[in-house]
Amino acid sequence: MIANFVLAAAAAQDSATAAAPSTAASLSWLVIAVPLVSAAALLLAGRRADKWGHLVGVTAPSAAFGFGIWAFIDLLARPVADRVQDVDLAPWLTAGIGLDFGLRVDQLSLAFVLLVTFVGTLIHIYSIAYMAHDRDRRRFFAYLNFFVAAMLLLVLANSYLVLFVGWEGVGLASYLLIGFWNQRTDYAVAAKKAFVANRVGDVGMLIAMMIMFAQFGTLSFEGVFGAVAAAAAAGGHTGTLTLIGLALLLAACGKSAQFPLQSWLGDAMAGPTPVSALIHAATMVTAGVYLVVRSGPIFEHTPGARLAVLIVGAVTLLYGAVVGCAKDDMKKALAASTMSQIGYMMLAAGLGPVGGVFAIMHLLTHGFFKAGLFLGAGSVMHAMRDQVDMRRFGALDKFMKVTWLTFMMGWLAILGVPPFAGFFSKDKIIEQAFVAPDGQLWQGWVFGLVALFGAGVTAFYMSRLFFMVFYGQARWTDDQHPHESPALMTVPMIVLALGSVGLGLILTLVGFEDYLAPALVEGHHGEPVMNAYVIMAATLALVVVGAWIAWVRFGSAKAQVPVLPPAADGLVRAARADLYQDSLNDLLLVRPGQALVQVSAKTDEQVVDGAVRGLAWLFQGVGGLIARLQNGYVRSYAATMLAGVILLVAIILAGRI
Amino acid sequence: MSPASLAALVAPVALVAPPMPPANVAPGGVATAAAGAEITINWVTLSPVVIVLGAAIVSTLIEAAAARRRPRPSGPAQPAYLRPLQAGLALVAVAAAGLMALRLALEADKSMGLNGDGAVVIDPVALYLQLAVACCALLALLVVADRTVQGESAFAPQAAAVPGSEYEAKARQRRLSQTDVYPLVLFATGGMMLFPAAGDLITLFVALEVLSLPLYLLSGMARHRRLWSQEASLKYFLLGAFGSAFFLFGAAWVYGATGALRLSGIAAAVQSPTGLDPILVVGVVLMLVGLFFKVGAAPFHSWTPDVYQGAPTPITGFMAACTKIAAFGALLRIVYAVFQALEWDLRPVLWTVAILTMVVGTVIGLVQKDVKRLLAYSAIAHAGFILVGVTSLTAEGLSGSLFYLFTYGIASVGGFGVIALVREVDAEGHMRGEATGLDQWRGLGRRSPVLAGAFAIFLLSFAGIPLTSGFVAKFAVFAAAFGAGAPALAIIGLACSAAAACFYARVIVAMFFEPAPGGEAAVGAAAEVGAAGLAGSALAGSGLGGSGLGGSGLGGSGLGGASPGGLGADRSGVGGSGLGIGVRTLGLTQIAIAVSLAFTLVLGLVPGWFLHFTQELSQLLS
Repeated sequence: MIANFVLAAAAAQDSATAAAPSTAASLSWLVIAVPLVSAAALLLAGRRADKWGHLVGVTAPSAAFGFGIWAFIDLLARPVADRVQDVDLAPWLTAGIGLDFGLRVDQLSLAFVLLVTFVGTLIHIYSIAYMAHDRDRRRFFAYLNFFVAAMLLLVLANSYLVLFVGWEGVGLASYLLIGFWNQRTDYAVAAKKAFVANRVGDVGMLIAMMIMFAQFGTLSFEGVFGAVAAAAAAGGHTGTLTLIGLALLLAACGKSAQFPLQSWLGDAMAGPTPVSALIHAATMVTAGVYLVVRSGPIFEHTPGARLAVLIVGAVTLLYGAVVGCAKDDMKKALAASTMSQIGYMMLAAGLGPVGGVFAIMHLLTHGFFKAGLFLGAGSVMHAMRDQVDMRRFGALDKFMKVTWLTFMMGWLAILGVPPFAGFFSKDKIIEQAFVAPDGQLWQGWVFGLVALFGAGVTAFYMSRLFFMVFYGQARWTDDQHPHESPALMTVPMIVLALGSVGLGLILTLVGFEDYLAPALVEGHHGEPVMNAYVIMAATLALVVVGAWIAWVRFGSAKAQVPVLPPAADGLVRAARADLYQDSLNDLLLVRPGQALVQVSAKTDEQVVDGAVRGLAWLFQGVGGLIARLQNGYVRSYAATMLAGVILLVAIILAGRI
Repeated sequence: MSPASLAALVAPVALVAPPMPPANVAPGGVATAAAGAEITINWVTLSPVVIVLGAAIVSTLIEAAAARRRPRPSGPAQPAYLRPLQAGLALVAVAAAGLMALRLALEADKSMGLNGDGAVVIDPVALYLQLAVACCALLALLVVADRTVQGESAFAPQAAAVPGSEYEAKARQRRLSQTDVYPLVLFATGGMMLFPAAGDLITLFVALEVLSLPLYLLSGMARHRRLWSQEASLKYFLLGAFGSAFFLFGAAWVYGATGALRLSGIAAAVQSPTGLDPILVVGVVLMLVGLFFKVGAAPFHSWTPDVYQGAPTPITGFMAACTKIAAFGALLRIVYAVFQALEWDLRPVLWTVAILTMVVGTVIGLVQKDVKRLLAYSAIAHAGFILVGVTSLTAEGLSGSLFYLFTYGIASVGGFGVIALVREVDAEGHMRGEATGLDQWRGLGRRSPVLAGAFAIFLLSFAGIPLTSGFVAKFAVFAAAFGAGAPALAIIGLACSAAAACFYARVIVAMFFEPAPGGEAAVGAAAEVGAAGLAGSALAGSGLGGSGLGGSGLGGSGLGGASPGGLGADRSGVGGSGLGIGVRTLGLTQIAIAVSLAFTLVLGLVPGWFLHFTQELSQLLS
């Protein structure tokens, strides 16, 4: 791949709508190449590199971040109309698919580049200390670097096919990192579950790509969006576009752990905590949102698929929030929260271009505060001997001051308390959700109220988490001596906490909306069905109520948090069991699948054979001759073939009649 | 294009005329003149097939001459030069045939189209398929010719010996080797190169048998687990005869309906309805059944797992790659010859078979516990995916299928090459036969990282993960199906390939993420054997290698197939108990693996030029 990049870095070309790329843009392949080369070097160097491998591993994303800044400044210096730049790197499937291996540098992709490299760098630094005692730390850094490269390829791609390469790459990295501690069987099982869910999503992606290719003959963003616009103008293809939209949504659900493919994310917490922070909170799981926003020109013309996106987002945001309320495993509670927050983003992305801007904005702020929360959780685990059960924490605020304070910033941010980051992004999404599209009043009310209610539940479960860990009585097991983590861990946490405090305000002040909007389809602001200030006030009131309930039950000095989960009513039990997601999957997918496997295998083994054997018994009764001649399974194989011939001839004759 | 205009394009040279000038190598039909009795043969265009079959005959004669020497009671039983000579001859012949096919393909007159007339039609597609067969056969021959450092090949020392008999023990002791393998492989390769070029029904059938008969024999020659191998051979033979009978029966019906043996004649005859249509259609379907059997399409697939598992692994790789290419070539030729007239009849048949094949291969593959058997089911599923390309019956579909055949063939030679190298080590540290049980592969990534890594890449390619050739191939055939208005077929294919990815992933997980069963002790034993292998290598090099490990092949598991229906009895596979570890050999297999790995990655990273090539071929269709 590197050879490809190097080979044709010079082959950059102009294209119809995308502007000629600047120097910075045409060198953007370096952003991907640097971490990729670093990953390869770390893997190939072997144990020799154990001593210094992590330093190389940290340098790569930092260098990529530095480059990202350059490209970003370069982009800002260009006139708004020229900011979308396509860079063709190498002919790839030129003959077959008419596609060059190219990158698209624009407002959207650069926002992601900065997020991925910046948060990525911090998490790399954190990992130096977190993984210090792991003898495979070098390999860990190699995988992380590989992940960063694949994620950057995903967001920088200028066609669905190249995006898909990155898409599979991040899946592979996620798979490798979830199973990093593969000594434990349940961890390997978790990795497998993630793999399967992702494959289901991939089928969606492939179906979308193949329909696009069959219909439009191209897979590049430019070509597809152009053809979609032309087709929509001609008034045709609505069904096809809806199909493409639904297939893309399926892909997004697999990658972003959205309903009904969400079950893998909780199990994915088996991976090391920095992985949970980077991949399963800040970046990879948001790729689905990116995909939907990027495909805005397609969704624009298909209200059906858009409604499906809205429903998926709304269901997931409630689902994650409810599950988050009942989890005692700190990381799984955070995972449920991630699911729910991505549900918000998905909802926003389904609202159209204006919502898309806020989806991306929430994605950025969420990337900061959720990564911060995960790193805080890792710090707590570090101090408590890898304990994750929140019922075994409590009163840690006095022992881990930095962790406590940074965690608090993240907590306030996710609650959406002004002026913390989440307020600016999440509140906007809730407001947008109340906007009724195309006069569909019910949509505005339903999705608005769901988003509003979700905010209250979020406040409850996040406060529950925060209070159970840091307040109340100490419920530690005997041999635990909590202590603050080393500076290598706390500094990234502090930086992310600063982002949790200020990023929302900064993005709003510098006009992120105006920056991003030109890269998306043109949209118009609609009026929410309820006054915006009323919505804001209602949201804040619900947040306060949720947090207050959590304080009374889990935080105040009087609150008694039992060490063992108490017996609970049906809803809580259901929530503890992920709302029976696994059982449902088992019932709907696994069991029928297994049944199909067994039936097929048995048919293959026994039915045909049994029929022959039955025949043999018949003959045996007569003379016992045939049975003696049968000495193996060839008879049943031959019978299968004969049956096949009869089947095919029957099909033909049936067609003739 | 009508036969008449073809006749003008083709420049046949009379057999009695002086040798053809080299400038006049435009590949054309090796045609018989339509009216005259004089037969004209263009030998140059036939040369790939002639070289291979000629070498096969020479190789047989060498074998006969060598057998005339009565072995002395002591000392080597065979002349020392015999094996290198036979292997070298086979490799050179196949390589020369491949080069010749390449040269002809590059010079081919593209204006000729694909509907040539003649008993043998050497058109660009035929040349492409011959080239593909030659490439895969060359790699497979490297695996066939390889031996462990103890001098043990994959083949029985004396295939005619009764397993477990004293005669066999003696043959083993005297370090005999079955060098007939090489002429047999050459004959099969010759048949495979003729098959996709056959232009009439008789030639088709002859080629079918020429390629099949040696394979039946070769399947029964495994060194280890000989009863399985012989059982596989017998099954393959019986069912193959059954399949061939259908083919022949169908050919007779087609001849009856059209009065023509030539495919071109049949194509012309089906244009004008005669009222004999039902006979024609049933005949075509019966012929297709014979070919479906060869490619392992459901419901004619049942032999595949047993034969793939029982046959010597190098032969399995050879069969998986080359038979599939050849048989699909013939299938394409027949389908495209009669398709236009019979579209409405054939489409449901092809659809049914394609869907059944994909589903059966994938679903039953999911429960396999034996790596070789798993790849056999994977081969079935892949036959289904290729059928999706064939079924779309468009230029894109043809191009995709041709690309798929080549990439899949190359990757499967490599994949089976890896299996041939992973041997079983028991608790005492003895090296036994191949370790094909999935449990035995656990932790292979630590014991033999390079081998495991290579296998992982082949599996990723089979699974269709981007940046491997398998992805490009799948994309090409499924996109063609979408384009041809068969989205249902493509979606079923995608779902199957997603499900199939799970069983490939299981092998990768076993190799890299699961600890070896039996813990460290077993690993230690395995490592020791590896070291012993190194030492053995030095000994063998100096001609002093003892028969030490060579004779331990018929362990307990060697007789595992003794019960009736042995291979069928435990369908999900068996495998011994020892750990698998990469064995040290002369290095030929490693070369084959490296080459197929390179193809898999290069065609995954930069497939453009190759796709362009297959697309150009498929443009000739119209």
